[in-house]
Amino acid sequence: MSIVIDKSGPFTHGPNNVSRTMFTVLAALAPATLYNLWLFGLPAIFLFIVTMAACAVCEAACVRIGGGNPDRALGDGSVAITGWLLALSLPPWAPWWVAVVASVFAVCLAKHAFGGLGQNVFNPAMVGRVVVLVSFPLQMTSFVTPKPLFTPGSPSLAEAFNITFGRGFSLDGISTASPLGFIKTELSKGNPVSQSIASVPSIGDMMIGFHPGSMGETAVPLILLGGLFLMWRKIISWHIPVSMLATLFLMGTLFNALDPARHAGGMFHLLSGASFLGAFFIATDYVTSPVSKSAQLAFGIGIGLLTWIIRTYAGYPEGVAFAVLLMNALTPILDQHFRPRVFGRTRKGEPLPVRGDK
Amino acid sequence: MKLFPILGGIHPEYRKELTSEKAIVALPVPKTLYLPLQQHMGAPASTTVNAGDLVKKGQLLAKAQGAISAAVHAPTSGRIAAITEMTAPHPSGLPTLTIMLDSDGKDEWAEPMPAINDPFAAAPAEIKARVAEAGIVGMGGATFPSAVKLGLGGQHKLEILLLNGAECEPYLTCDDRVMREHAAEVVDGARIMAHALGAPKVIIAVEDNKPQAIETLRAVAASQPNVDVVGVPVQYPMGAERHLTQAVTGRETPARKLTADVGVVVHNVATARAVHQAVRLGRPLLSRVVTVSGGAVAEPKNIEVPLGTRVSELLDFCGGVSKEAKRIISGGPMMGQPLPSLDVAVVKGTSGILALTQRETNEHASSPCIRCGSCVTYCPCGLVPVEMAAYIRNDKLDLAAKIGVQDCVSCGSCSYICPSHIPLVHYFNYAKGKIAALDRERRKNEQTKALVEAHNARLERQAQAKREAAAKAKAAKEAAEAAAAAQAQPNSAGGANA
Repeated sequence: MSIVIDKSGPFTHGPNNVSRTMFTVLAALAPATLYNLWLFGLPAIFLFIVTMAACAVCEAACVRIGGGNPDRALGDGSVAITGWLLALSLPPWAPWWVAVVASVFAVCLAKHAFGGLGQNVFNPAMVGRVVVLVSFPLQMTSFVTPKPLFTPGSPSLAEAFNITFGRGFSLDGISTASPLGFIKTELSKGNPVSQSIASVPSIGDMMIGFHPGSMGETAVPLILLGGLFLMWRKIISWHIPVSMLATLFLMGTLFNALDPARHAGGMFHLLSGASFLGAFFIATDYVTSPVSKSAQLAFGIGIGLLTWIIRTYAGYPEGVAFAVLLMNALTPILDQHFRPRVFGRTRKGEPLPVRGDK
Repeated sequence: MKLFPILGGIHPEYRKELTSEKAIVALPVPKTLYLPLQQHMGAPASTTVNAGDLVKKGQLLAKAQGAISAAVHAPTSGRIAAITEMTAPHPSGLPTLTIMLDSDGKDEWAEPMPAINDPFAAAPAEIKARVAEAGIVGMGGATFPSAVKLGLGGQHKLEILLLNGAECEPYLTCDDRVMREHAAEVVDGARIMAHALGAPKVIIAVEDNKPQAIETLRAVAASQPNVDVVGVPVQYPMGAERHLTQAVTGRETPARKLTADVGVVVHNVATARAVHQAVRLGRPLLSRVVTVSGGAVAEPKNIEVPLGTRVSELLDFCGGVSKEAKRIISGGPMMGQPLPSLDVAVVKGTSGILALTQRETNEHASSPCIRCGSCVTYCPCGLVPVEMAAYIRNDKLDLAAKIGVQDCVSCGSCSYICPSHIPLVHYFNYAKGKIAALDRERRKNEQTKALVEAHNARLERQAQAKREAAAKAKAAKEAAEAAAAAQAQPNSAGGANA
């Protein structure tokens, strides 16, 4: 036995490691994902595979260029999460090249241009989504009503292949707006929200995902389940999801009470769009969210607020991705500003007064 | 008793069951003992014997030197073989002056110090002097001279002596066994220390994973109205003195202050036992209980070891170390230190010797930080390790200091929990050492600068005085010359006229 002294203790370590953390997140996402793949059928499955593969290729290429070990980089599971979340944030019947462009921007630009794992300022999946959203608005807002696998109307293999990989295929005839998009359009036509809300799917349908939307937007209970699983496994804490969803709900409820003709209610805001996926899986991304709990609360509140503002006043019907990216930019500042109180010190960092000193 | 929560902390795999049911066994006195003069915080002791001297068990070999120091005694009788530099039981592996004592196998006692039969009638100073004479230091691992700590009663109004039996480090069971097997000595020692401190109350805090120790202590303490035994939650680092103080009393020790500033002094249970022996029996600190454990040790044990025993002999006594040993640690796996060699000695602060396998250390190469924030969540000091490490990596030690790196107690919770296996504590220890060194250097520079300035000022004053003297002399000379000239003038004039 040779004695090596190369570091300070501790000389024991918890069972946790990076890939275990990452794959736990994927496990938490799995039920919602499987449900959605079933809901949207073969084209969704193709798109999911294309996105995951494109992200993996980008990761391997970037790591190789950077002189790293691509196997190790792929093994840590971080790019799998990026690809997975990116796929969930795309319209399920979007063409393959949208996914590829989004993947290149997500992995090469948002992640590796900043220095790779742990160094990126912005959430890679959301960068990918936003780039294609502003570049290809048509493809990115062509949603379809769910046509579950093994049910009539679900595309056959050939049809699905044509939807995802076909040249010049258009969803014109069958595409429809997401509930958020629908009420926004109606509002711009002069129809108050209080009327148009009657035409969107019921709260129950929204809950179980029977409404048009991106893949990850349509399985609230399963996303919630995954989120609770992550909390139970102590991968995430409640701070970001709860503060974000509570803010969104409060803003929705408050303004709905003030002006129902202009504003949808809190429940509608919670259940539509990527609120839940964003709250539990996107905003909580380790690298791009603050590390201390008080900063996380501020971060979550910020995302909730911005999401509501963007949905209500901006040109886009959905705002989670933008809100997350904007708050990502604030993460370093939040981390600087909100630090935990140090043992034996006041919030300002002065030593606590000694008894009898005052 | 009402307890208070402490921040953060972890629940490592404790593995105390390896030795918790192993009663303390005495190690036969080895042939040669190696007693470093520095087994404590502060100045090394200075020798009072020479090579070749014959000594008896308990005889003073080296006396304390300066305000913070501790004496060293002969753990057995024999001959001083040499006083020489040997590898210190410290990760640095630097040489330290060591007394080599060849045992004569008789283990013959010297005349013991007189017992203090009624310590509670003795003056606190007498107890303190005895503890100093006995060379007792904090045996939880901090090795701060206990007598100095017992003097805190002079400067502070103390209410509680908190006896630390938390033993929150994994593997270690030496304190557990001492509490179970020598509860009466521990309680008596604690009461004597409380008397010396002027603290009216003793609270013995033990983590709840040692129910027998709690039960035994309670039975002994039942007759003592001012001694309470309290079970504290199993949560590493419960045994850190500031955290234990907070958990038991709710009092938060201000940064850069002592627990004494909130009326509490913390001592280890093994120290209490040593105090009992010094005061009641007149025996100096000659041995200590060491837990030898870990997956690479054939027969883990709790052993009463004469100080100065080589670690290799201790391990041999436990059936040796298997090839799977990845790390040999002195102390617990969380805060213990790697040993530079197996030839170093067991000293007063050696609570455990662990031989750990790779499966136990679970060491892996570190990967990039993913900013998961676990280190922030689990830090018991409310620090932001991820940020401190980032500053230290970029050599911005001033910024790391600003956000509290010197408030870090090096408990290792952050490193333990880090999914990227980043050796955070290593960064912090480096930073703390470097900041302290820079600080010393800065103070030294300031001192030098002050001296140089004083020197320059003195030179300047001297020069000034010289100039003034010269000016005076010149003025006087000129005046004299002028006077002379004035005197000469008439002559010359006269001359001219002539």
